[in-house]
Amino acid sequence: MYPDNFRYTKEHEWVLVEGDTGTIGITDHAQQELGDIVYVDLPKVGVRIELGKSLGSVESVKAVSDIYAPLSGEVTEINKLLTDAPEKLNQDPHGVAWLVKIHLSAPAEIQNLMSAADYQTYVGAEK
Amino acid sequence: MSAASSLKTTPLNSIHRALGAKMVDFGGWDMPVQYTGIIDEHHAVRRAVGVFDVSHMGEIEIHGPEAAKLADFVTTNAVHKLKIGQAHYSGLLYPHGGFVDDILVHKVAEDHYFLCVNASNQEKDFEHIRSLNRFDARVDFSSGRYAQLAIQGPKARDTVQKLTPVDLAAIRYYWFTDGEVCAAPARIAHTGYTGEDGFEIYVAPAHAALIWNEVMQAGAEFGIKPCGLGARNTLRLEAKMALYGHEIDASLSPLEAGLEWIVKFDKGEFVGREALLRQKEKGPTRKLVGFEMRGRGIGRDGYEVLRNGSPAGWVTSGSPSPTLNRNIGLCYLPAEHAQPGKSIQIMIRNQPVDAVTVETPFYKRAK
Repeated sequence: MYPDNFRYTKEHEWVLVEGDTGTIGITDHAQQELGDIVYVDLPKVGVRIELGKSLGSVESVKAVSDIYAPLSGEVTEINKLLTDAPEKLNQDPHGVAWLVKIHLSAPAEIQNLMSAADYQTYVGAEK
Repeated sequence: MSAASSLKTTPLNSIHRALGAKMVDFGGWDMPVQYTGIIDEHHAVRRAVGVFDVSHMGEIEIHGPEAAKLADFVTTNAVHKLKIGQAHYSGLLYPHGGFVDDILVHKVAEDHYFLCVNASNQEKDFEHIRSLNRFDARVDFSSGRYAQLAIQGPKARDTVQKLTPVDLAAIRYYWFTDGEVCAAPARIAHTGYTGEDGFEIYVAPAHAALIWNEVMQAGAEFGIKPCGLGARNTLRLEAKMALYGHEIDASLSPLEAGLEWIVKFDKGEFVGREALLRQKEKGPTRKLVGFEMRGRGIGRDGYEVLRNGSPAGWVTSGSPSPTLNRNIGLCYLPAEHAQPGKSIQIMIRNQPVDAVTVETPFYKRAK
């Protein structure tokens, strides 16, 4: 369910680090909890985001939820697919519906994030 | 121990959990917000049929020779005009004209009225009515005696008809009949909170699970879906039906909320009448109006509304409309702006986003 090469936050974001680039998304657990996603608000390219701070929001029929940066860096790309097809976040949150890519400014921060196994245990225990 | 243990549950709680519903704390009740998804459930009700567990709703009964007098005194609509077997929507007000609750009043007999009230207001409503009872009438808190299922949608009647000998086609809109559903005694009301045709069925809690299961089977050929509070909210919003704590509360009057039609000034004395008359004379300073987003985003409950760049009101409910595929909502604005066609902005996460006031209801079913 949760890819082994991702790292995870307690707020249910994931990040895939490749070199000095981090790809950020929300987890399958998050999309399930949110329900039908109808709107995604993402930062602009070039914006600096900071670990633990809100980088945007995801809105379901029912409510708005902040997305927190799992790592710090500068936004290099946003997923334009989500502008017109936010429902992709419900369908493929670990794949085509990634949110942003960032250029990492503090790669060591990844030490604080959970492994797939730890995250699986974490969401299992949350219920 | 789970957090749910302190919440009140309906007789259908284990069914919801078995269906994989997402459960939420709704005013102290452990209730399903969705099963398969709000949009999916919403469409099921608009296009075919859906079933809701609304057993959390409260029931209060008034008995006695002066039951009608008490009911007329504490509510805004004209109870004395109801026929036996008829129901109406009404307001329970404070003397200052704000809402204690919005309710349905059913006339069961000349000396018996059955009130369906909001779950989170039921104890308050009961105390309120009892405190005003200077009549030869008895007020009973009977929520524990009823579970309630709402079967809503164009195929609701075909679904329920399979389970009852009562001729449902003969029950007019906002009338009800006491009969049997699945051989259990039931009050079958042609009412609803979705803007769609449908029935609300009151039964003893012990029979609720059986009836739920039979309804699901009877509706299977139409694609019936169990529906949660999420879809209930989007459906009622499209139909511009008020939700207590949003469009109405203790600080808001029926005149402000666009509910003057439930206020019968000519029926004689009732609680709140003087205050409403004064407000009617001057005209309410603020009014409820519908809006549609023009910019990207959804104006949610509590968001500030701007008119000509200045704070002018607040959003009471806002959501994507699955039927219209637009982002809609209701807001309070100064009366002079509370009419269709006005440009407004809604503050969404500190950004003003364009919206426009529109005619309501947003959705009206074809009759």
